[in-house]
Amino acid sequence: MSIQEKIESKLTQALQPERLAVINESHLHAGHQPSFNGSGETHFRVRVVSAKFDGLSRIERHRMVNELLENELAVDKVHALAIEPAAPGEATRW
Amino acid sequence: MTAISQFIENEVKSNDVVLFMKGTPGFPQCGFSGQVVQILDYLGVDYKGVNILTSDELRQGIKDYSQWPTIPQLYVKGEFVGGCDIIREMFQAGELQTFFGEKGIAARAA
Repeated sequence: MSIQEKIESKLTQALQPERLAVINESHLHAGHQPSFNGSGETHFRVRVVSAKFDGLSRIERHRMVNELLENELAVDKVHALAIEPAAPGEATRW
Repeated sequence: MTAISQFIENEVKSNDVVLFMKGTPGFPQCGFSGQVVQILDYLGVDYKGVNILTSDELRQGIKDYSQWPTIPQLYVKGEFVGGCDIIREMFQAGELQTFFGEKGIAARAA
């Protein structure tokens, strides 16, 4: 399973999202370190709308996603994780 | 408490605004760190940049200290405020300016 698929599956299971987009942005970072050739799975952006975020602060929402993807960050060496969390009904730009 | 967490604690307690980042405010070495630098500079906030690329111990230490896996990390008056996404969102919503005001930190109104 690719890292992207693992991220999608973990977030889908845990957050039961209304909307979810996991975007591999690794190509945007090609060359900024010798090991980033742009073809890998190093940089991701997660956009997610979930009722689980209701009533949580920004930091709490980010912590929830970071904790769910702890293994991908620590073991799979995902280098960058941008997170755009929203609860249902909140404005999103995507 | 380890030496590195003591160092971090000292930085966040002795400086009102501290940005743990990759590179320096004058030469950020990561786009996410660079975005926060731009926002703080735009707001005219006085802050101290701490380059975590200077030491592997510091790079890991700040993640353990805040229980937050990514860089940059912004601290205001000893309190962890967030990383790049949160700071940008707060800035765009006008909340960051209000937050600095509440903390008694001089910032230009955007």
